Amino acid sequence: MHNPLFLPAVAGLALCATGALAETPVLQVLTYDSFTSEWGPGPAVEAAFEAVCACDLQFVGAGDGAALLARLQLEGPSTDADIVLGLDTNLTHAARATGLFAPHDVDATLDLPVAWTDTTFLPFDWGYFAFVGNVGAAAPTSLQALAASDVKIVIQDPRSSTPGLGLLMWVKAAYGDAAASVWADLADNIVTVTPGWSEAYGLFLDGEADAVLSYTTSPAYHLIAEEDASKVAWGFDEGHYMQVEVAGKLAGTDQPALADQFMAFMVSDAFQGVIPTTNWMYPAATPSAGLPDGFDTLLTPQKALLFSPQDAAAVRDVAVDEWRAALSQ
Amino acid sequence: MARGAFAVTPRWPGALTGALVLVLTLGTLAAVALRAQWDGGLSTADWAAIRFTVLQAVVSAGLSVLLAIPVSRALARRRFAGRQVLITLLGAPFLLPVIVAVLGLLSVFGRGGILNAGLGALGFAPLSVYGFHGVVLAHVFFNLPLATRLILQGWLAIPAERFRLAATLNAPVGRLLEWPMLRAVGPGVFLVVFLICLTSFAVALTLGGGPRATTVELAIYQALRFDFDLGRAALLACVQFSLCAGAAVVVWRITGQDAMGAGFDRVVQRWDRGRAIVDGLAIGLAAIFLLVPLGMIVLRGLPGLGDLPASVWIAAGRSIVVATISATLCVSMALSLALWGGRAVAVIGVLPLAASGLVVGTGAFLIVYPFVNPARLALPMTALVNATLALPFVLRSVAPAVAGIQTDFGRLGAALGLRGWAWLRIAVLPRIARPLGFGAGLAAALSMGDLGVIALFAGDAQETLPLAMYRLMGAYRMESAAAAGLLLLALSLLMFWICDRGGRVDADM
Repeated sequence: MHNPLFLPAVAGLALCATGALAETPVLQVLTYDSFTSEWGPGPAVEAAFEAVCACDLQFVGAGDGAALLARLQLEGPSTDADIVLGLDTNLTHAARATGLFAPHDVDATLDLPVAWTDTTFLPFDWGYFAFVGNVGAAAPTSLQALAASDVKIVIQDPRSSTPGLGLLMWVKAAYGDAAASVWADLADNIVTVTPGWSEAYGLFLDGEADAVLSYTTSPAYHLIAEEDASKVAWGFDEGHYMQVEVAGKLAGTDQPALADQFMAFMVSDAFQGVIPTTNWMYPAATPSAGLPDGFDTLLTPQKALLFSPQDAAAVRDVAVDEWRAALSQ
Repeated sequence: MARGAFAVTPRWPGALTGALVLVLTLGTLAAVALRAQWDGGLSTADWAAIRFTVLQAVVSAGLSVLLAIPVSRALARRRFAGRQVLITLLGAPFLLPVIVAVLGLLSVFGRGGILNAGLGALGFAPLSVYGFHGVVLAHVFFNLPLATRLILQGWLAIPAERFRLAATLNAPVGRLLEWPMLRAVGPGVFLVVFLICLTSFAVALTLGGGPRATTVELAIYQALRFDFDLGRAALLACVQFSLCAGAAVVVWRITGQDAMGAGFDRVVQRWDRGRAIVDGLAIGLAAIFLLVPLGMIVLRGLPGLGDLPASVWIAAGRSIVVATISATLCVSMALSLALWGGRAVAVIGVLPLAASGLVVGTGAFLIVYPFVNPARLALPMTALVNATLALPFVLRSVAPAVAGIQTDFGRLGAALGLRGWAWLRIAVLPRIARPLGFGAGLAAALSMGDLGVIALFAGDAQETLPLAMYRLMGAYRMESAAAAGLLLLALSLLMFWICDRGGRVDADM
């Protein structure tokens, strides 16, 4: 430290480093918080993409899927983001209406239980909503049987949580105009409604409820990461509503070629192989190595339910009102 | 109060702070409103939310203050081993992030909690904590400690001379000394707790058991995050401010004035000890109610503490830095406002309580965004907003003391020509060291546990401890999250204790 040459040398190095950085193009991806966290797919995806793109991939985390869209709307056309990753089909209608997105031009073979034709938003993973309970406990086989039972569940608020909204869509897709009466029957099964997924899942693990609204893939986390086979997802006769998570390229991007490269990379093995054990969802395009061990033990629903983005947007307000009225009795 | 003739410190720091608070509360609201397209008013569901919000806040605040009176009285007139530790620990619930406290509370009162396990073992039917009573229970859990501390300060601020005089004259202490103090302090404490409960959202929803327990703050969240309806969010935020203003006016009208002579800062010695059993019961019950859930948080957190990821420790360090800056900022702001004095200060001092954290964050984002990348400002903004949000508590603790000094010693100070910094150093600071330390500790701890602003502004590199904890929860890592929650509890308490202790180095409290 007392070497008089030390300081100028460091300053010189720092200047060189800044110069080198300035020439590297930056691709900014706006995504939800748990994607970019240390435990999510973010770090592995960043390393894999930077190995092939000669660029600096930067993730910006912003709450959950809904918060992501709100953030994009706050920033408007002047946003620095090049790609938005993490919306689901309940949000894409509103996202498209912002006029900020451009077509993705990727022609990939996807492994979704439903056909995918959207040319603006491209899926990167998907899952089925399901109630997750403990192995060996009473497990209802349908929404109706659950409503008739005295099994206790904890769910998320559809006004503040994407899984909460998913359950709302699930009941609506399965029962249509009778959804309100199903909610009325479910009311006495619901221990409480939490603002987000984390709180609900935490309450379930603490023994506050027999089951929690989550995903069919949730037991895989406990099985693979904790070697704990005590959690199981309940299969329901009405079918299971899906969550399809997508990304879109922003029309105002200053790195269109890089953004296109990322969209194509997103459905390649290097990205998709990371998804199952970091995001705990199904990859949109199954990697050539297949799914990790443990995923074969998961529930495969008989029937997949999913509203089109237009229908989802159209039924949402009515469904929220029905839900609120039924649970406020 | 002591304006005009006794104003011996410059006014500009107070004015500057006032302006800053106005920008962060009403200014952010205006920023949101200006971006909005106005359509429609309040729906029936909104009105239901407003009714529920006010009702639960009135009941929660009333109960917190009523219960705090016997507890603080007992703490004021008893000396026992561990009293200081108990007082510090009692402050913990208020300092905790909501989710940590809720999970701790539920491990006692929930369906799978130890209370129901005990009832079951005795053959009784389980009690459900979810519902209106659950919301009130949680709010009392959060706010009883705060109310106790604030009233305790009122009790300790009654000069020893008055007690001595009362004892000499064999006069009733309760009617002559304690009741006027409660008239002066109680309504303000009620207002603070009422406003905290007014802006509650996660607690109310989680323990309320469903959409019946929808608060205005949840409606704001929905409008901002799910509907991106800025107009509705701004309208609801205005409703929240109006409720706050209404409550503040009512409270100020019924607040009593303290009009007795000054004391000489002696340690309070009391001759009226009352019945030990009553005090023992008050302290014992409060301790059980507040400490058992804290114990459960410790138990839940211990198993994962050993293998907490390195990033959590780094986030903890970052949180400590932010909390220290925030506390320094907050105390300076509070002091400058208190020295400025007057009713305008009282208004500015409660405004942040009525502000919706979400609207503040969103408005600040809108103001900053055109000029700077918000991620760069994440930590400074967090420190600043946290300081502003903690300001009402610190001001409540510091302002009466400063006003008292101006009233009691202002004339003397003016006669001696004590002005500016000299007045502050010789007359003010030594006398307010105790509330100042308490305030700094509160501001630091509140900042430690805050998640509001950082969640909206943060990029990857600015993860604070609460954010790290939520991210662990979001990634199924509940055991690590519980350990991070315990770390947060310990660090918040430690920061609070250091500041609080620092303010009492030579005082016997």
